[in-house]
Parts: sequence; C-alpha cells; structure tokens
Amino acid sequence: MSREQAPSTTEAAIRATGNRALIGYLPVGYPDQATCVEAVVALAEAGFTAVELGVPYSDPGMDGPVIQAATQATLERGFRLEELFQTLEAISARTDIPLLVMTYWNPVLRYGVDRFAQRFAAAGGAGLITPDLTPENAAEWLAAAERHGLDRVFLAAPSSSDARLDAVIDASTGFVYTVSTMGTTGTRADVDQAARQLADRIAVRAETLGRDTLRCVGVGISTGEHVRQVLDYADGAIAGSALVRALGEGGVPALRELAASLALGTLDGGPATPAPAEKGIPA
Amino acid sequence: MTDTRLRDHHGPWYGPYGGVYMPEPLMAAIDELTACYEQCRTDPAFQAEFARLSRDYTGRPSLLTEATRLSEQAGARILLKREDLNHTGSHKINNVLGQALVAQRLGKTRLIAETGAGQHGVATATAAALFGMECVVYMGEVDTERQALNVARMRLLGATVVPVTSGSRTLKDAINEGLRDWVANVDTTHYLMGTVAGPHPFPEMVRDFHRAIGEEAREQTIAMTGGLPDAVLACVGGGSNAMGIFHAFLDDAGVRLIGLEAAGDGADTERHALSIERGAPGLLHGMRTYLLQDEDGQTLESHSISAGLDYPGVGPEHAWLNDIGRAEYLPVSDAEAMDAFLALTRAEGIIPAIESAHAVAGALRLAKEQPGSTLVVSLSGRGDKDVATAGRWFDMLDEGAQQQ
Repeated sequence: MSREQAPSTTEAAIRATGNRALIGYLPVGYPDQATCVEAVVALAEAGFTAVELGVPYSDPGMDGPVIQAATQATLERGFRLEELFQTLEAISARTDIPLLVMTYWNPVLRYGVDRFAQRFAAAGGAGLITPDLTPENAAEWLAAAERHGLDRVFLAAPSSSDARLDAVIDASTGFVYTVSTMGTTGTRADVDQAARQLADRIAVRAETLGRDTLRCVGVGISTGEHVRQVLDYADGAIAGSALVRALGEGGVPALRELAASLALGTLDGGPATPAPAEKGIPA
Repeated sequence: MTDTRLRDHHGPWYGPYGGVYMPEPLMAAIDELTACYEQCRTDPAFQAEFARLSRDYTGRPSLLTEATRLSEQAGARILLKREDLNHTGSHKINNVLGQALVAQRLGKTRLIAETGAGQHGVATATAAALFGMECVVYMGEVDTERQALNVARMRLLGATVVPVTSGSRTLKDAINEGLRDWVANVDTTHYLMGTVAGPHPFPEMVRDFHRAIGEEAREQTIAMTGGLPDAVLACVGGGSNAMGIFHAFLDDAGVRLIGLEAAGDGADTERHALSIERGAPGLLHGMRTYLLQDEDGQTLESHSISAGLDYPGVGPEHAWLNDIGRAEYLPVSDAEAMDAFLALTRAEGIIPAIESAHAVAGALRLAKEQPGSTLVVSLSGRGDKDVATAGRWFDMLDEGAQQQ
C-alpha cells in the first residue's frame, strides 16, 4: 500500500520540529489584503510551523461562527480568487514556511482543477486542505496535485470507519487533518479525548498500511496549554478561531501576542510523554 | 446507454449530477442513512406503516380536481393534483413522515430541518410532535419575516425555530446551518432534508416518498379522461413536488414534463432563481447540480417572491432530466405567478401557495400554445401562508391591518 510520494515540504517542516508543530489558520484577505500578509508573516516570526489560509466561500458548511463572520466580511468587501494567488506570492516573498490553503471545492472546480493547481503552485502554495472533498471524489485533484507537487490534506473524523481512515491516510500527503466536533453540550475535555482517540486510531491504521502518517489536530485551541495537551498525542496543533478573533479585535499586534503564547505550548517541559518521534503506539 | 426505464433509475448519480460531496465528519451518518434506507425501501413492514400514515394521517390519496371555469377561460383542460388538501397544507408532509420513520429506525430522537416558505418546517414540526421527537428548524431571517404565520405554527407544534442571519439569510443559508448542527449532533439527530437535493440518498429517498403524487395523478387522469395527459406541470425550487409528480410519467414518452422555475423580477433580469436555465454545473449542499454561481464558484443569491422557490440550486435528477431532454424547465416571473394566483382563486375558489401558482401560470401559458390539451398541474400547497404577501401585492390590505 505504501507508495512513493513527492517529498512534502509540509511534512519536512513538521518533522523538523520533532513532531511538535504549530499550525495557524487565517482567512485569506481578512481583514484586508495587506494586513493578511502581515498577519501570516507575524505567525511565521512567532515560530509557527506552517500556515493555512482559508478561502472565503459563500456556503461554508464546516466553519464555526467566528471564521464564518470573517470570511463573509471578506466576501462582502469584494474578495476575488485572484487575490488568493497575489497574497500567496506576497507572503512567499517574505517567509518560506509552508503555505497551505483550506478551500471548499466548488471554487476550485469552477476555476478548473488542474489550472488552479498550476497557478497555486506557481504562487508558492504547498498544498490544499479540502473539507468537503473526500478521497472517493478526489481523483482529478490527486492527479493534479501529483503533477504540480502539492500536498493534499484530507480530514479524518471520530466517526470515520477504519476503511474510511485507510482511504484518508492513503490519499493524504503532508499530514492528516484530525477534526473533532464539539456537540452543543460537549466540554473541552470530551473533545480532547475524542481527538486523542482518533489520533491513536490513525496511527494504528497507518502502521497497518506501512505509512508514517503525521496527524495534526484542530479542536478549538486557544491557549498554550491547549497546544501542549494536543502535542502530547499528535504531531501538530492547529489553531484557528482564536487567531481570527485576535486579528479581528486587536489587529496584528494582538495576533502577535496570542501567537507567542500559543508557541510556548510547543516547548518541551509538559507532562512526561514518550519521545514525539515514537508516535504511533497508543498508550 | 441502457434501455432500462427512467423510473428504475437510482442514485447516487443522475448522469454527471448528484453524488455525495460531504465533509468527512458526516460521511458515517450518510453511510448509515443510506444503508437504512436501502432496507426500508424493500421492507414490507416499513412500506405498510408509511402507507398507513399516508392514508390515515395525511389523507391520501389526494384529489384530482377538474378546474372547470379556469379551463374554460384558458382554453385547455386543466386538472389540479390537490396536494394542498394534505394535512399541514402541502406535499411536504409525504416526505417528512417517511423520513421520520427512517429516523425512528435509526434510533434518532431529534429532527432538524431547513425551511424556506415554512411548509417543510411545519411538516417536520408536525412529524416531530406525532413521533414524540425534539425538533429544531432553521429558517433564513428574511423568510421568518415574510412567513411569520408559519413560524408561529412551528412554535405551536413545539419546535424551536432558529432564524439564520448568515449569508443571504434565505433557504440556502438555512441548509448550511442545518448541516452545521448535524455535524455537531449527529449521534442523536436526523437531518430531515426537505427537497430532492443534497447528497445521496436524499434526492432518491425524498423522491420516493413523494412518488404517490404522480402515481395517483396518473391513475386519476386516466379514470377521469380515458387517457394520459398531454403535459404535467409543477413548480421547481429544489424540485420535490415536481419529482414526485413527474416520476410516474417518466416513461410515458407522449407526456411532456414541464418544471416551472421562479424567474423573480424576470428571466431577463439578474434577480431570479433560474438554476437550470441560467446556472452552471457545480457543487452545493453535498451534490453536483446546476447552480447559480459567479466566475469564482461563489453561490449567487436567488430571488423570488416565493420563499419556497428561492434556492440557487436544484435537485440532481432534474438537472439530468433537463440534459437528456426528458423534462423542460421554463421560467415564470413573480408577476406572472401572481396573475395566475388570482386567476385560480377567482375561477375556482382555490387559493394556491405562491410556489404552486408558478405551475398554474405555466399551464395557462401552455394552454394558449396548445388549446384543447389536457394539463395536469401539481397544486403542491395551499395559499393560507401567503395571504399577507398577496394582500400587499394586490393592495388589498386595509390601512394599518398589515399582519405582523
């Protein structure tokens, strides 16, 4: 099942942290084009491993209220897809951390999958995270990603069957995006527990498939302590809404401050854990 | 291609349309629902229970009424399939009872739904009351204002109505919000999709629960006229009443199937809901279908006086029937629909839903082109909910009497 992949810059960047990666999500173009570039550079300077830019979309079925409000405001000020490529170019000129883009699939489909991949790679993009494209619908994208040397990151969920996890692991490069959803009554501890179990399941399935799959977890991370907790069982922590809120309320200075406190969570010195490189063995 | 009957076609694909384009967190629920529906489809006990509810609760079969005075005025023989006489006042109850039975088999205790005009929300709230389930209905804020009576009806039935303030604040945004709820609460909750849209198995399942509309209409027409009609007409938003009435006639090559899309301000304006005529293939709400979208693949807002047709996509089976030429999809503007609304009301004493008035308008137009033809019209809902809108449109409300 193991197959040779083009070397992934995202994967290399995560491994370079000793599998204690910190990834930040920001909507592209929010609150405006220039500030978005500064914000991403600020995350890079704060020690983030990679950044994921969300493409504003009219029907964001997977986003929570904070991100939804930001992307809707961005669309209302006239965001066009062309701005994504310009922003990627501007950021690439300032930092070389991997730039992933999270996008709903219709904008890519409308642009043309291969045409999008080509333009995206040329602008400095590292890969796509596709929340509403699962591996079974991704043949055209997988081929384009291969052609243009892009990572394709698919989502895994606590409800995913083993067979579905296998398909996600097999199709993903860079890492697998481990999501955990919070029910209306769910506490943070429950969500964290679900994410931990999922990360462990992915490690077991990956080992069965002969793959050394990295797992990054996004579960409403808003403090350095959350980051530390997630890195106890995963290879990377993904922060989103908290960063978007900070940028929206206090601009780049507030973002910088939060980014620094999140980055503290990547330092060793948390609870005693197995060496991160030995991931994949559930406790 | 195959020579199987169109009636035997199943999802998930309708030509290049349909499919399952859902986020991973919902795939397990979709798989579970698909497997459960496959069982229900062939399970005599399920079918018997659905038939019993349809008869004893909904009031099926619904009547086929010959619209004698309207026919005389129009110059064609117009037969009305009276889904407006169903319990809760529209065809929506057919699908809701079916899906509530499926949800019960899945062990779910909570129903969530989107609604545009409020008919589907009312039907879902009704089923939740009947089955003793919790119910949350998502409704665009714009629609809660133009359909205030239906909001009150849902609340009376014990449902929670959540006004949706994101995006265009209409039906498509209500679906987004419903899907978000489903992601978070999938263990206890069934998403009760109200039209033949969304990911498989919804388009097929919803169509199947509405199939009786066409099966009854076909038999009733033959009994009444001695033959098949020349055309069957229905309004199309997502397209559930149209799929329900078309289905029985799909393999009757001599019967024209005509879906009427809402043209809003007019087919030559930018304010319409003409997904098939003016849209392009794309992804929305888990399916590939015709979609109103801009060059960047952003969904465009649709416009219609009728909240139930105010949707920028359309069910995938309609997209396919259009492409293979089996059904035609024609525009009806707000003004044309409201003229038909008044014409039917005055000629027959039947106040239609504004959605259904689009189908009546299509029939009046076709009658001019083909005088003497026999036309079956899906009267998918009654107009009680639209009295305030119609009163304003025709300037029939007394000063200060506007219901709020």
